Amino acid sequence: MVELTLPKNSQMTPGKVWPKPANAKKVTEFRIYRWNPDDGRNPRIDTYYVDRDDCGPMVLDGLIYIKNKIDPTLTFRRSCREGVCGSCAMNIGGTNTLACTKGMDEVLVKGIINVYPLPHMPVVKDLVPDLTRFYAQHASIEPWLQTDSAAPEKEWRQSKDDREKLDGLYECILCACCSTSCPSYWWNGDRYLGPAALLQATRWLKDSRDERTGARLDNLEDPFRLYRCHTIMNCAQACPKSLNPAKAIAEVKKMMVERRI
Amino acid sequence: MADSPSRVARPLSPHLQIYRPLFTMMMSIVHRITGIGLYFGMVLFVWWLLAAASTASAYATFSWLAGSFIGMLVLFGLTWALLHHALGGIRHFLWDFIHGFGPNERVLLAKATLAGSVVLTIVLWAIGLALKA
Repeated sequence: MVELTLPKNSQMTPGKVWPKPANAKKVTEFRIYRWNPDDGRNPRIDTYYVDRDDCGPMVLDGLIYIKNKIDPTLTFRRSCREGVCGSCAMNIGGTNTLACTKGMDEVLVKGIINVYPLPHMPVVKDLVPDLTRFYAQHASIEPWLQTDSAAPEKEWRQSKDDREKLDGLYECILCACCSTSCPSYWWNGDRYLGPAALLQATRWLKDSRDERTGARLDNLEDPFRLYRCHTIMNCAQACPKSLNPAKAIAEVKKMMVERRI
Repeated sequence: MADSPSRVARPLSPHLQIYRPLFTMMMSIVHRITGIGLYFGMVLFVWWLLAAASTASAYATFSWLAGSFIGMLVLFGLTWALLHHALGGIRHFLWDFIHGFGPNERVLLAKATLAGSVVLTIVLWAIGLALKA
């Protein structure tokens, strides 16, 4: 359902302004969404100052600086720090992206870096969203090779051309930047699969070795699961791997029509 | 699909409140709004047909209202809504054939839709008013 405002328990309040680091020459201001499940209070926006001469250039470097040197309670996910794991996906400067591959100077809004968890998701703590449903949706498209013919002696062969059809699809790291940027997913995330799961569905629909294309399409043939995509394109704009879920979804819609004629 | 059970009432992270408005997103919203506007436009259209089919005085009442300043303003708005929604429809048609998804193309298409609808509305009204005079 479309609900333009936040529920009462989700409305944000001004938070604490943490002191500037002593003797810092160049500082960057961070405003970060905080929510602690243990104190029973509403989310708040805390202000931190990061000493740029004592810190790497990326937003993730800034967050780690804050956690190490200012406030160890700040909670966020991170792992690879090079854009392959998808853990540090969050809303930075108004767009969903990975904190590790986004430079601080790229996301300044009036000199400030605003950091929120991925939009319209239940918050576990601070910048950590609950992705349970997102993963369940990925599982629902059965993201593995499915065949009916007898397994070959060695591997399932694929021509170079057929392999190239998976380019732009297989690179997805499931960071959820796209799905949580999509207004359709915000309003109908319980029934619409969202750009990430649908891009993965396309990846298996396009795989020359997969033999369950029909069943896969049947599973998506639904007013909500697939057709809630209205080509708003926030997904393609947000994807930190420069993939295009909107285009992948359009290709599935086209396959739906083509199999009927 | 079941959401994970949790002991605490988790807040919903902010969405519209914090997302930077993107041009294609705004155009999608405008497409929706013009679509809803056209529903109301159809009511006026039916009123016009009913008035024409019933009595001379009913038609005169409608004509007077449509010719008034407010009436003209509403009709001008409806013309734009219709053209904008129609051009948006063509955009969707192109997408159905997997065209116009690239980072530059999608913004260019959105801009062309907006510019096209405004220009066509003005041209159509200029022709209409010139013919009337």
